[in-house]
Amino acid sequence: MSVLRTLLASLVILAAGVATLAAATDGFRAFTTETARRLDVREHPRVLPPAALQTARGDTLSLARLRGKWLLVDFIYTRCTTYCSLQGTEFARLQNRLARPLAQGGVVLLSISFDPVRDGPSELAAYLRRSGDRGTGWIAARPTGRDELATLMQAFGVVAIPDSLGGYVHNSAIAVVDPAGRLVAILDWDDSRAAERFVTATLTP
Amino acid sequence: MRIAPAHQAGIGAVLWVALALPPMQRALTATMTLQMLVQIPLLAVAGWLVVQALPRRLDARLSAWDRSGVSGLLLASLASMVWMLPRAMDAAIDDPWVALAKFLSVPLLVGAVLALSWPRMGFVVRGVFLAELVASAFRLGWLYLASPVRLCSNYLLDDQQWLGKLLLALGVAISLVLGWQLLWGRIEVERPHRQGPGTA
Repeated sequence: MSVLRTLLASLVILAAGVATLAAATDGFRAFTTETARRLDVREHPRVLPPAALQTARGDTLSLARLRGKWLLVDFIYTRCTTYCSLQGTEFARLQNRLARPLAQGGVVLLSISFDPVRDGPSELAAYLRRSGDRGTGWIAARPTGRDELATLMQAFGVVAIPDSLGGYVHNSAIAVVDPAGRLVAILDWDDSRAAERFVTATLTP
Repeated sequence: MRIAPAHQAGIGAVLWVALALPPMQRALTATMTLQMLVQIPLLAVAGWLVVQALPRRLDARLSAWDRSGVSGLLLASLASMVWMLPRAMDAAIDDPWVALAKFLSVPLLVGAVLALSWPRMGFVVRGVFLAELVASAFRLGWLYLASPVRLCSNYLLDDQQWLGKLLLALGVAISLVLGWQLLWGRIEVERPHRQGPGTA
């Protein structure tokens, strides 16, 4: 009897175990937090909170005011000296390629600092200059307060952890927000072609 | 010197509570290496010790469902697979409910279950378990070393690569010990307490 019972118990355990693993990985599709974040955003677009930002020019801007436009958003900190400093170059490249929709106002590039204590308007302006900003359609901004920062990072699923050099390591990406203010996709930060394709495909019917 | 089962269970319970204390939790999840090679194994040890106080009768009842320790091995393997997912290690830091699930499932479903099933396992089942342990150490170690991207959002890349190296070293160490055992150690190929005929 114990053979049959063991077989039965093993089958139940196997079924429960596979079901648990499937649930924990979104059906064996997402084994890391980052993949899970992208999958979740794609399948369940999130409406973003109307967080208040201060731009490199010093004026305040609510995310809600940008409704009606496509937004390409990245999270930065201007002191970054490692590969994340290339995010700026990628956005400058995007600014170049998307020059027309940016000029028409249908698309906005938005770089948000997750280090608002150190990144004031002048640091943000210097960041734009350094990255090669051409002056049209690219906004660099910081959240106006600690709560705004936490809300934004939560909504976008951004995690920044201190590294050993006094900077941060963070899950860099290009987030796509649709005109309804919903986060609809998260793309690789170094794949500005994908972001460009995403925008041109949705803008030209 | 053998420690009485009740004392072992006591030590296990103290260890379990100590690991659950918030400062201890923070310290042991500070790096990926600590979480995977210290915190999770210690949780399993706590469960292993606690279950020593289980009454014999209950153990005998369970053994009817766990011939040669096969069900237990399966349960412990699947439960530990869940906590080897990079996503699960991340979530255990970000979400207190996932942390709670870890603090219950690793001692109970991995440590305690292995403690009960290990004596029931014969040479072959133990061999399968140990071979799988070595293989997992190499697989994960290789993955963590080779991956150019961070697999956990909460941990740094060099931490991940350090863990990869330690896992490879662990795989080599276990293999050496097992090799030594096979060549020069005393191996019980047959189970010490054979069941009588007709009990299958």
